[in-house]
Formats: sequence, structure tokens, C-alpha cells
Amino acid sequence: MGQVVLKGINKFYDSVHAVKDVNLQIRDKEFVVFVGPSGCGKTTTLRMIAGLEAISSGAISIDGNVINELAPMDRDIAMVFQNYALYPHMSVYDNMAFGLKMRKFERSEIEKRVREAADILGIGELLKRKPRQLSGGQRQRVALGRAIVRHPRVFLFDEPLSNLDAKLRVQMRVELKKLHLRLGTTAIYVTHDQVEAMTLGDRVVVMKDGVVQQVGEPLELYNQPANKFVAGFIGSPAMNFAAVTVSEANGSLIAENAGLRIKLPEETAQRLRGHIGHEVTLGVRPEDLTVAGTADLDHPCFDGVIEVVEQLGSEILLDMKVGQGVMVASVEPSVRVKVRDKLRVAMRPSRLHVFDAKTEAAI
Amino acid sequence: MAIAETRIYMPGAPRPRLRLLEDERWLAFVLLVPTLALLGMFIAYPFVRGILLSVTNARVGVPGEFVGLANFYKIFNDGIFRTSVYNTFVYTGVTTVFKLALGLWLAMLLNRNFRGKAFTRAFILLPFIIPTVLSTFAWKWMFDPTFSVLNWLLYHLGLITGRINWLGDPDLAMISIIIVNIWRGVPFFAISLLAGLQTISPELSEAAAIDGAKPLQRFWYITWPLLLPVTMVVVLFSVIQTFADFQIVYVMTGGGPANATHLFATYAYQIGIGTGILSEGAAISLAMFPVLFLVVIIQLLYIRRVEVR
Repeated sequence: MGQVVLKGINKFYDSVHAVKDVNLQIRDKEFVVFVGPSGCGKTTTLRMIAGLEAISSGAISIDGNVINELAPMDRDIAMVFQNYALYPHMSVYDNMAFGLKMRKFERSEIEKRVREAADILGIGELLKRKPRQLSGGQRQRVALGRAIVRHPRVFLFDEPLSNLDAKLRVQMRVELKKLHLRLGTTAIYVTHDQVEAMTLGDRVVVMKDGVVQQVGEPLELYNQPANKFVAGFIGSPAMNFAAVTVSEANGSLIAENAGLRIKLPEETAQRLRGHIGHEVTLGVRPEDLTVAGTADLDHPCFDGVIEVVEQLGSEILLDMKVGQGVMVASVEPSVRVKVRDKLRVAMRPSRLHVFDAKTEAAI
Repeated sequence: MAIAETRIYMPGAPRPRLRLLEDERWLAFVLLVPTLALLGMFIAYPFVRGILLSVTNARVGVPGEFVGLANFYKIFNDGIFRTSVYNTFVYTGVTTVFKLALGLWLAMLLNRNFRGKAFTRAFILLPFIIPTVLSTFAWKWMFDPTFSVLNWLLYHLGLITGRINWLGDPDLAMISIIIVNIWRGVPFFAISLLAGLQTISPELSEAAAIDGAKPLQRFWYITWPLLLPVTMVVVLFSVIQTFADFQIVYVMTGGGPANATHLFATYAYQIGIGTGILSEGAAISLAMFPVLFLVVIIQLLYIRRVEVR
């Protein structure tokens, strides 16, 4: 079992309120990812779960037992650190065996578990080496191995892939996912990379300035972001935002600013009835913009001037000047356009997001 | 463009001096000359001169004649010399153990986060920075039989009833100079070991804590092995310094009472300069050499092993 519950968790450093009233229920076998920009409190929260950081207020419990006052070693957790934190003077074998030795396991049992973990991770050949003789990816595996051998109730990962190069990171990401499917141990994973969060997490916790912004499954965050921050943080390239004023003309709602005037589709309009005459933030993802064709005549459209064309092979990113602002559109690779072209772009009506201009909450 | 042009010299106008230095062998030689001159003048020459003196019967004002190993034969049969050899080993051994233990303890404390950390770290270095002779004079007063602040303190704490004659009793005198040496040497250990500790990532200790290691185990299995290379260098360096120590003993006891606290260096000084028997003084100094040589060899071998790893 490995059910982790955070109840009203706060962390103060002198006058800094680093983590604010975090409440979260992590189910057994679940893979939960904390994501957010640096300084958002995600690592601090993880370290409080690990017992490396004191909890200022609130309670953390694992399987129903409050662990606030327990030493890290008594919490039955294992942690993988960003810089691996392998013991440099010990062999790979000893690194992995250390936790078991400290817990006074039988020698044969230690050997069995280390071999088992080494086999799973494909590092059986490296057991006699010292950490400095390993590549970054191999060190990462040893760090994982050290966590696995203990058979803990919960794995804690603190940005474990951020020191790897891009290619290896993608590869290790997949392996981590497989490993989790295989072992089924509850995992709490911290990253600032939203792609890692989306691909690894059963559920993702988005944090900012010590406050949890939204907790949800990856697609839930992508499709129904709770506020402008989540909308902008999840998804790459980031969602386009435009500050617009809502007005009514001929029974339909119009959103406009200096360079943009669009007729809002019915479903969006319904949500904005109460905001007529007010300013709101319109959000649309680059992938929900298309080059306007004859089929899109009834879709909300706007005109822009292309400033940059980014060819990615599978898609083209167009950076366009629209009025005073900039919008990015991701279009089919077959589209033929060049810089300074004027282009009419259509929005998928069902994919429009609207946020309150002041609170930034989704409307 | 203008910059590039100034660097091109004409083919017809060579610069001989510069060209000579462009040969790496010459350049290396030229760069080495200052070091060679300094080492030769202040280390090699006195060393060779010392060896030459030790096999003569030179005294102040008397050039002396070759006498072979007579001086060495003489000092090995000299009771005071044997005492000073014994003293030097005790002095070096005892002080090094204490300096290491206290220095390590201090380094671990200073490695923590607390208010006024930077100030404390600088403050700790004071005993090491003050000129040894000055601080030793202060200690001499503290150990003075009449004015001793230590005696005053112990008396008022009710621990003693009479005066302790710190520097007048052979054993107490030895203990006294050992205390002063430890006091002076601990900062060097503390600061060097602190520098070593700071290279050890705190994550390792955290990983070990999660792995189930208790504080003492974390020190023993993680911190200590990782600190060992620095510790070795610091200890060996300190051993060399302490083995050849002069100032503390010279100021505190002058080798007394009754020659009980002489070390190699002070005894060599007393015989060579004090009594003017230069040859014998040189022989006593040279007797230190085999031990120091061994220490240096161990140090070099160890450093090389660490580098290869």
C-alpha cells in the first residue's frame, strides 16, 4: 500500500511563505506529478513528504498514519535526487545495497534484491564500477536501482531527468513509465517540464507561488485549464492570449480589441452573457488555429501578418502580428506561406477559452 | 582590420629575441629560472651546506676539518638528544591526534547554517593568524607560576589549593607546550577540513538518511571516506610542521626545565647557535631528515593515488 494524504500543508522560511495550504490525496499505485516554474514550492513539498524539510503546519500521512514527526528512514519511502546523489566512493553494487545494509538485511537477500533491480534496469554489467565511471544515463539508472531495492511504499522523484540530454531524457521517461507499470509503487514526481508531467502523470498537480492551481488528469488540464496560468503552462507552444472587451451586436456577442474583432460562437457566448461591457482574456491554443478556408466561413476568424515561420517538419509554427499582439498558429506542413504574408486564420469554435481579466480564473 | 595588420611582421625583419622564446624548450627554461633560483638559494644551498657542516668539527669562527660521522656518533650517545627525539615524537603524535579531532569537530559545527556563520569562520582563524611568538608569550604568562590566570581560575573554582608550577615541572611543561600547539593548530585543521566538507554535496547525507543511516553512520560511511583525501593532506602537512616546530618551545620553556622539553629544532639551535658547535647542531638537524623524508614520500604517493583515481 502507498496512499499519501497531504492536509493543509504549509511551509514558512522565516517570513517567506513557500508552500500554502496544500491539500492532496494520492491514491495507492498512482503516479502523481508536481509541476510548476522554479520556486513554486513543488520540491519543498516533496522534501516535506520525504522528511528532509520540517512541516510548518498541516499533516502528511501515509496509509493513514501521520508521519510528520518520523525521521526520513522511518517513513518507508525512497527518493531519487536531481544530481543522483550516488555515493562516489562506493561501487554501484554498494550504492544499491547501502539502504538494505543499514536496515540489517541478510546478505543473501541484499544480493538477490540488487541483482533483481540491476536486471530490471539493465545495469547488471556495471555493478563493480564506481559512479564516476558511468555515463549520466547509467548513473540515473543506479539512482533508480537504489530506490527500487528497498521496495518502499512510495517513490519520490526530484527532477530526476533534468541533468540528462534531450534524447536520453525522452528515453528514460518511457522507461520510468514502464517501471511504474511493472512495480506499481505509488510515485510522486517533481518536474518543471510540462511534457514530462503530461506524459508520466496519472494526475498532475500544477503549482505556482506555493499554491496548487489545479489537480487533474493530463488531458483535463489541457482541455479544461482552471485558470490562465495553467492554460499557459500546459501545452507547447503555449496558448495564445488576447485581452478583449465583450459587446453585443445583433443578438450575438462580439469580442474585440484594437486589432481583433471576432464573433463569439454560441457556446462561448453563453458563458459570457454576464460579462458584456467588461474586459476578459481570450485564449486559444496554436493547434486550434487553422488557415481559414471556405469550410470555416462560420468560424471566428481574424487577420494577421506573418513575422516568423518556424518549420518543424511535422508542423509549421507561424508567429503572427495580430493588431498590437502576437499569436502563434500551428498549421499543416503543406501550407505555403512566407514572412510578411497576410493571412486569415480561423479558430476552432469549441476550443476557445475565456478567463476573467482580474482573477484569471476560467469562465 | 587595423589590429590584425599590426601583428603581421615583415619577412625581411626578423625579431631574434622573440623567435628564441617561441621555442618551447627555451621558453620553459626561462619561465623556470626564478623558481630554480629561489629554491636553490633558500633550500638546496642551506641543505647541502648543512650536510657539509655535519661531517666537520666546525664551530663559530673555526672552519673545522672533516671528521666523518663522528658528530652523529656523538649525538646518538647524547641523553638529551634521545630525550628530544622522544619528545618530538610525543609532541607531534599527541598534538596531531587532538588537532585532528578538535579540528574535525569544529569543521562539522561550522559547516552548519547559523547566524553569524561568516564572522565565526573568520574568527576561528585568529590563533593561526597571530604571530606565533606573540601568542606564545601570552600563553607563557598564562602558565607563569605566580601570575598564572589558569591557576587563579582553577583555585577559584576550588579545583586546586596550591599553585601549579606549569613550566617548572618536566611533565607539566610538556603538557603546556602541547596545549599551546593544539590551540595554534586547530584553526588550520578546522578551516581546511571545512573546505573539504563543503565539497561534499548535502544531498549525499540526505540520500543516506533516507537509506536508513543514523547520524553517526552517515558520518562514518559517507562523510569520513569522502573527507579522507583532504584529511590525509592536512595531517601530513601538519606533521611536517609540528615535527620541525621551534617557536613555541623556544619561547615557552627554552627546552627546559633541565632540557626536558627539547625538540629536534630547539636542541639543534641550542647546540649549534647557543653553544656555537655548528657541526653538531647541523647533525642534529639532519637527524630529522629521514623521518620527514618518509612523511613526504607517503604524502606524494597518496596524492598520486588520489589523482590516478
